[in-house]
Amino acid sequence: MLTPGFADPVLHAQAAFRAVLDAMSRPGRVQLAGPGLAPPAPLMRASAAVLLSLADAATPVWHDAGADADAWLRFHAGAPVATTPRDAAFVLATGAPPTLAALDAGTEEEPERGATLLIQVEAIEEGTGLRLTGPGIEHEHRLLVRGLPDGFVAAWAANRALFPRGVDVILCAWDRLAALPRTVAIAEG
Amino acid sequence: MNAPLAGYNFAYLDEATKRMLRRTILKAVAVPGHQIPFGAREMPLPYGWGTGGIQVTAAILGPADTLKVIDQGADDTTNAISIRRFFTRVAGVATTERTEEATIIQTRHRIPEAALREDQILVYQVPQPEPLSKLEPRRAETKRLHALADYGLMHVRLYEDIARLGHIAKAYDYPVMVNGRYLMSPSPIPAFDNPKMHRMAALQLFGAGREKRIYAIPPYTEVRSLDFEDHPFRPIRAPQACALCGSRESYLDEVITDDRGGRVFVCSDTDYCGTRVAAQKGVA
Repeated sequence: MLTPGFADPVLHAQAAFRAVLDAMSRPGRVQLAGPGLAPPAPLMRASAAVLLSLADAATPVWHDAGADADAWLRFHAGAPVATTPRDAAFVLATGAPPTLAALDAGTEEEPERGATLLIQVEAIEEGTGLRLTGPGIEHEHRLLVRGLPDGFVAAWAANRALFPRGVDVILCAWDRLAALPRTVAIAEG
Repeated sequence: MNAPLAGYNFAYLDEATKRMLRRTILKAVAVPGHQIPFGAREMPLPYGWGTGGIQVTAAILGPADTLKVIDQGADDTTNAISIRRFFTRVAGVATTERTEEATIIQTRHRIPEAALREDQILVYQVPQPEPLSKLEPRRAETKRLHALADYGLMHVRLYEDIARLGHIAKAYDYPVMVNGRYLMSPSPIPAFDNPKMHRMAALQLFGAGREKRIYAIPPYTEVRSLDFEDHPFRPIRAPQACALCGSRESYLDEVITDDRGGRVFVCSDTDYCGTRVAAQKGVA
């Protein structure tokens, strides 16, 4: 049976969006999103909340989350499902994500068309781990990510070199999320 | 929280429009200083009255927010009062005239004197988002110039001022480079305010309704006013002290008091001035 989406579609979508906006403007800071949501496995609350608040008929979504999650996203977000990751505005990876280079990075004139990649990981925590610098960060933010795909830091450096083109990443761990906009520099601590 | 007007969605706009605005705002934050086109809606007030800023505010606003609106620094002008009343009616949010109490500050052409904090968002109303518009009217061409980061036109324009007048004659809407990559219009704020944008703790969002563009500066981002080594950028301020609070640091408005040349200078930021006057009275 299909579980409900946001109990209050207007105010809960606003709260989820503000969490993403805070995360995107302060990379590496952890925000909470999607309390009360019960999306079908393997969707996590935070990733479900991000898609419910941002995806709709105008944004093709690609995901690897299986049939239950597909039915849930189609019903609640109404987003068309992209056949390949490159065609998607939002890409949700519950398992091994497609490589960053396989996603739409936008064009030099329209870098805003670059995709948003949601990666579900085991845990994210502030204070230790990766060293993040760039716009939105006063000195340095540190972010510990458990379950980050292998070779992500190297792939990220290549993504960042494309600026202003590029892919933006939102890391989701249960009801926590942190964002990595394309401007952020990542160094392994 | 007041009860919002029945028959309207929270914050006036429908949810599909808010999602479109929100996606645009997030990409604007990810590419600092880059203008992103969006589907600006008709708002219940005319273009030029802050429709872009209002749509950005409506997209980010929540019931827990406290909204401040200023017009040229003042909380008590028609435009500021109308916009505050609009959001009180359609969203029921609390409003304030105090900079430190606000979580969202929508502004027309000023940055408050008080330093903004991390938990605040500054929303600018922008009439013309394209800094190159007076030098290159074709949109397709300015888009390409931004893609190539080819800003020679603007440097030449500033140089011509120096050659003709001996200084850069731009007192407001003074162009800035954001994060070392994009040339950006700061909206028609006085050049005096430009240094406040540099590494500001608050998120800055810009909305142009008629021109249908949104752009942003994330917190703690480099914002440099364009200049030359031998003609460094200098913020301009009238040399007087405020006639009400005596400030020699704040940006001043010149007010004509009669038809025989009488004039006084007062702070443009009414909250800053009022707070200082109240403090001085308390001491006296």
